[in-house]
Amino acid sequence: MSWTRMQMAERLAREFEDGWIVNLGVGMPTLIADVPLGDREVVFHSENGVIGYGPVTPPGQEDLHLVNAGGQNVTLLPGAAIVHHADSFALIRGGRMDVTVMGAYEAAANGDFANWKVKGAKGGGIGGAMDLAASAKRVFLMLEHRTRDGSPRLLPRCTLPITARGVVTLVATDLGLFAPTGEGFAVRDLAPGVTLDEVRAATACPVTE
Amino acid sequence: MAERDGDGSMTRRNKVVADFDAAVAGIPDGATIAFGGFAQPGVPFNLIAALGRQGAKRLTCIANTTGGAHKPRMPDIGMLVENGQVAKVVCSFTAATRASDMLPFTPYYERGEVEAEIVPQGTLAERLRAAGAGIPAFYTPTAVGTELAEGRETRVINGREVLLEYALPVDVALLRAHQADEAGNLRFRRSQRNFAPLMAMAAKTVIVEVEEPILPAGAIDPDDVHTPGILVQRLVAIPPPPHGIWPVRREVPAR
Repeated sequence: MSWTRMQMAERLAREFEDGWIVNLGVGMPTLIADVPLGDREVVFHSENGVIGYGPVTPPGQEDLHLVNAGGQNVTLLPGAAIVHHADSFALIRGGRMDVTVMGAYEAAANGDFANWKVKGAKGGGIGGAMDLAASAKRVFLMLEHRTRDGSPRLLPRCTLPITARGVVTLVATDLGLFAPTGEGFAVRDLAPGVTLDEVRAATACPVTE
Repeated sequence: MAERDGDGSMTRRNKVVADFDAAVAGIPDGATIAFGGFAQPGVPFNLIAALGRQGAKRLTCIANTTGGAHKPRMPDIGMLVENGQVAKVVCSFTAATRASDMLPFTPYYERGEVEAEIVPQGTLAERLRAAGAGIPAFYTPTAVGTELAEGRETRVINGREVLLEYALPVDVALLRAHQADEAGNLRFRRSQRNFAPLMAMAAKTVIVEVEEPILPAGAIDPDDVHTPGILVQRLVAIPPPPHGIWPVRREVPAR
């Protein structure tokens, strides 16, 4: 057994505290906007200047003037505000993001991570990732524990060009929730039925309880 | 090309042009052009298509992206690249974030037919803001410790390593707004605003395609203006489809 992407999103969302400003990146993290948070109120920020958006719009009801970071048409919640890009990134660089949740190719024991350039490529896709990674109070990552060919994505050091140095707070994978320790990763939670040995076999550095 | 209005008049200059071809007339070879837009909202689809017809060459194109891998494909900088008009792009994406996607631009870049400078999105916004604000350079924590900072000047300020970034001045900004009045004041709708106010500030000439019929001066309350008309030289109203190009729903790719 392992977590689905939605379960990974739900597990990370459990870490959010009431009142947080939360930035969600492209890809898997967008699922978090659909997770019920009970009596905790968080405000979702999107790098394109949307503050206070809600779930993705049902088909047929899209406002084509309104997208989240992933280009999905989203809804606005009461109290939402919109600013231009320089102000949006001023909020990011200015330290207003309690957490940013991003997808990644690799996460390293030293807190580095890589999510903008794949092996052998000349180009890359940075978007707002480097700004967010450098300046958010916390960086949460969501990624599959292994690549499609079974190689570990949790490594002693990144092999791909990094997005930022030493910033990762938590990593959610299909196998569990982990925190980098410098030497390896500490288990914060395991998906149902997943054993510590299974995680160790799938990880390229020490995994501690 | 028109210069910025400097005489204090608000409507004496007629900024409204008849069509998209008139709007992009005179953009010279070698110009540095900034294109508004983030995903679809704010992309000046009609002006991009007109620039393709106009044919200016050796352009430097500044935008968040050269155009996505989405379907249906809309007018994008990638098309100007395919048209042989572009020397260099300055973008926060030169390849797709999903390894399985391919931006139309990427093969041209891989083959060395066009130059690219990849810039983190917030740094791109701030470099434009700085150019418009008369700030020649600034330091930012973004990209410190990454490949992008290799060989470049960093300093430690207040205990934190920060990277020197230069302002990014622009010759021409091509934008899309929701409303404009004859004085050139612009109002954007929802996330259409994105980079547009910054590009307008950074540019010597600002050309805008406008979704609603162009309003008489004063019809936009001064408190609601996002970009003041003193920055704007040319306005063109977007006709309904099929003559005007409007955003469409994207096909959702299977994950």
